[in-house]
Amino acid sequence: MASTIRVRATNNGDITEVQALIQHPMDSGFVKDAKGELIPAHFIQELKFEYNGKDVFVADWGPAVSKDPYVKFSFKGAKKGDELRISWVDNKGASDTTTAKIS
Amino acid sequence: MKPRLAILLGSVVAALTALVAVSPRVVAADKVDPAADAKAFQNFFFQKFPKLKPEEFVNGPYSMNEDLKRQWQEKEEFPPYEFALDAGKEMFATPFKNGKTYADCFPNGGIGIRQNYPYFDVKEGKVITLELALNRCREANGEAPYSYVKDEMASLTAYMAFTSRGKPFDIKIPDDPRALEAFENGKRYFYTRRGQMNFSCASCHVQSPGERIRAEILAPALGIMNAMPIYRSEWSGMGTTSRRFVTCNSQTRAVPLEPQSDEYRDVEYFLSYVSNGLPISGPGARP
Repeated sequence: MASTIRVRATNNGDITEVQALIQHPMDSGFVKDAKGELIPAHFIQELKFEYNGKDVFVADWGPAVSKDPYVKFSFKGAKKGDELRISWVDNKGASDTTTAKIS
Repeated sequence: MKPRLAILLGSVVAALTALVAVSPRVVAADKVDPAADAKAFQNFFFQKFPKLKPEEFVNGPYSMNEDLKRQWQEKEEFPPYEFALDAGKEMFATPFKNGKTYADCFPNGGIGIRQNYPYFDVKEGKVITLELALNRCREANGEAPYSYVKDEMASLTAYMAFTSRGKPFDIKIPDDPRALEAFENGKRYFYTRRGQMNFSCASCHVQSPGERIRAEILAPALGIMNAMPIYRSEWSGMGTTSRRFVTCNSQTRAVPLEPQSDEYRDVEYFLSYVSNGLPISGPGARP
């Protein structure tokens, strides 16, 4: 199974710009399926980007975030070739982790 | 009532016969001529949007609106169909239980062939779409068919379209009266008004591309098939050509047909043929 996380991190000297796409149903718990039964809530609770062992971006998410979320942010202090570690945990305890090289 | 109608009809027929006898060119104009239809269809769009290059029409609503185009270009850096594409690639390479693969069912191992579908099968006398061919391939190898509208089918066709990107649509109409009939049926379906809204496919996609229907910008019919399958934000997922036809019918409050019914296959045949020469751009992303 391929990773649920796609990341692109580009450094232009001072600032590193990070883009990520995460595959997740992000069910809010308020939507019914074709049979009229509620689809249980299933969403990412914590999304974390780490650089050099330090958190650079942490998101506490809830059911209001849409399916297959896309995130874009930038931070200072990283170098080309370094590694960025990305992980998420959802409300059912599932998780995924990946690393991306800053280019 | 009935005899009067018969007399009336009789005189209409007589009048028509007289007309035909006087001017045989009327008959010639009624003849099915797909090549002339395609030329007229393309020219209509080229004249309506003189600033657009022909190959830009395959980008649907993004070719019609600058702001939307900018948003889309940024989005294309991280296209939302990427997960489906990866899944499709993996599925395509995974053998069936009997050891065979999708590649065994298609010319050139299924790679770079999207532009030749749908085609008219002269043995069967019907239009064969890529979605239909994929499910037939599965069934011939003892596998259960997939849903025609989304999920696996969308992923598979996404991968097959991706390997064909940039190749011009090359739909052929063989020298067979049934093929002409299929083309003509598709054309008729496309231009026939139906449903509570009394819309035809052409009402939106020929008459009004570039204009808004509520918040959406309507796509031109020219090149509309080239981007299939598509990720629609509205669906928050992938959909096939079948899904697009079904939702178009429901949105105009017409009764949708069964996916891959003869009419849908014929309209796909018509729409693909008239876009001959324009490049495949699928899988696409749409609002």
